[in-house]
Amino acid sequence: MEQVIQLEKVNKWFDDFHVLKDIDLTVTKGQKIVVCGPSGSGKSTMIRCINRLEAHQKGHITVHGTELTNDLKNIDIIRKNVGMVFQQFNLFPHLSVLDNISLAPIWVKKMPKKDAEEIAMSYLEKVKIPEQAKKFPGQLSGGQQQRVAIARSLAMNPDIMLFDEPTSALDPEMIKEVLDVMIQLAEEGMTMLVVTHEMGFAKTVADQMIFMDEGRIIEQATPHEFFNNPKSDRTKLFLSQILNH
Amino acid sequence: MSVIIQSLSRNKFYNWVYKNLFSSWVNTIMTIIAVIFVYEIGTFFLNWAIFNADFRTNFQGELITDRTFCSKNISPGEYGACWAIIYARWDQFMYGLYPIEETWRVNITYALLPLAIIGILFDKLPYRKLFIYFTFLFPFIAYFMLYGGPGLSTVGTNKWGGLLVTLFLGVTGIGLAFPLSILLALGRRSKMPIIKSLCVVFIEFIRGVPLITLLFTANVMLPLFLPDGVNPDNLLRALVAVTLFQSAYMAEAIRGGLQAIPKGHIEAADALGLTYWQTTRKIILPQALKIAIPPIVNTCIGLFKDTSLVLIIGLFDLLGIGRAALADMTWTKLYYEVYVFISLVFFIFCFGMSRYSLYLEKKLKTDNS
Repeated sequence: MEQVIQLEKVNKWFDDFHVLKDIDLTVTKGQKIVVCGPSGSGKSTMIRCINRLEAHQKGHITVHGTELTNDLKNIDIIRKNVGMVFQQFNLFPHLSVLDNISLAPIWVKKMPKKDAEEIAMSYLEKVKIPEQAKKFPGQLSGGQQQRVAIARSLAMNPDIMLFDEPTSALDPEMIKEVLDVMIQLAEEGMTMLVVTHEMGFAKTVADQMIFMDEGRIIEQATPHEFFNNPKSDRTKLFLSQILNH
Repeated sequence: MSVIIQSLSRNKFYNWVYKNLFSSWVNTIMTIIAVIFVYEIGTFFLNWAIFNADFRTNFQGELITDRTFCSKNISPGEYGACWAIIYARWDQFMYGLYPIEETWRVNITYALLPLAIIGILFDKLPYRKLFIYFTFLFPFIAYFMLYGGPGLSTVGTNKWGGLLVTLFLGVTGIGLAFPLSILLALGRRSKMPIIKSLCVVFIEFIRGVPLITLLFTANVMLPLFLPDGVNPDNLLRALVAVTLFQSAYMAEAIRGGLQAIPKGHIEAADALGLTYWQTTRKIILPQALKIAIPPIVNTCIGLFKDTSLVLIIGLFDLLGIGRAALADMTWTKLYYEVYVFISLVFFIFCFGMSRYSLYLEKKLKTDNS
């Protein structure tokens, strides 16, 4: 299998606080990995290191054979291939939905405006809200905003998608519409790294489960193993808390 | 039906008056004092400025050509203001010593100025793009019209004065300071330590020094920094000082706007692969400037008034021209008339800016984005 992301002994500190400790992780093409763990365990920081929203201080991160260093050129190359969806959507409130999505194709890929808007419309159809194209983010529900954010990311045609707790800021009745889009994306073969506590989603989609705590990967296993036969006590405790609440 | 509505609305009026003006003894007393105060001041001022005032002729119907013709100087105690000084000095108040036969050039520039500004002020203006193009064209037109060039005789800035100098310093100072202040505000938030410290030092230095000091400095020291033979005229020196001063204050206003942009927007733009300048231009500035417009307008009001300080370095702005008029033996001692007139002109411009700022604040609140 082709390796698309490789983390080797990655360490990161926020000042004195050691957030990531010797993280090793390999992601192959088309793999769907769900990362879970208590808050402060470093799971968000880990995926934010993959597109350099955070810089790691020790170890190596390689995406598609390009290593992430301070070299801005490498960062640009990697960011063009890696899409990201945030907990807070982070849509640009002063731009219409269509402009939000077509902005990066126009400015980063230097696409003519008309083509970029066509692409934007096609992705809006994919996330099932083409009728919202002319609206502004503030006029949409949380679920709709997050779907726009997914479409915005997909419009750059990335081959890896990072999701940082994409449903945590949503009202319960809107979670499903976002997860449905993500499941569809998974079925199409996208390589996905998802930080989430939606265990139903994990069971349906994930090839691999990762459990993190205190900056370490505690357990990595297939969903079947992970849910039915967790090895560490810490994982068992976490699962009992999150599945029984 | 209409009678009922009338009595209802009359009731409403009485209720409002009762609730707001006479609800308690203290309130009633305050209301009465305030009414007496406003009435006394108001009638005194109106009598002085309008009803008992001379405009072009005195109470005997003679055209006033010097101060001895003023009614109040002929018959002291009975008459109010003598506005003839404003009429007599009108051209100087408007143009300074600009040659009379060329003042049409200034008038055209004055007339074009609102057209150059309107596109910036109202974002829903029809044909706004065309107005914005004109905004960028205007400085060249204004330079050509005011200073001269092919086909127009040159009028040196030493001849400029009055409202022309006030508006020139105010509008040009603000116009030049705006792009500079954006760079300063961005620089102050830059991750590059040298750029950041340069901007911080510049902003804090300028803000820590009175404008008068900067004007003196520019007037005396600017020639020292320039190569021999380059000797910028006084107005240009003042413009440099005013621009630097304004840019520091505006930069701080813009920084406030920049700080209001959530970090997530920048991360999202980064994740999409946008460059720093693309993110700044497309994501950060449109949002930040919108938030910062009310405080920016406030600094503009401050600057517009502060331009009157240039009389210290020998420029004749509106206030300087007024003082020159008072120094003229024909008109001397008509202080009130001159200062009231100058205040009125400043007030019109500053009040306009202040209303605009209020309008924007309301608009920003109702905007859904």
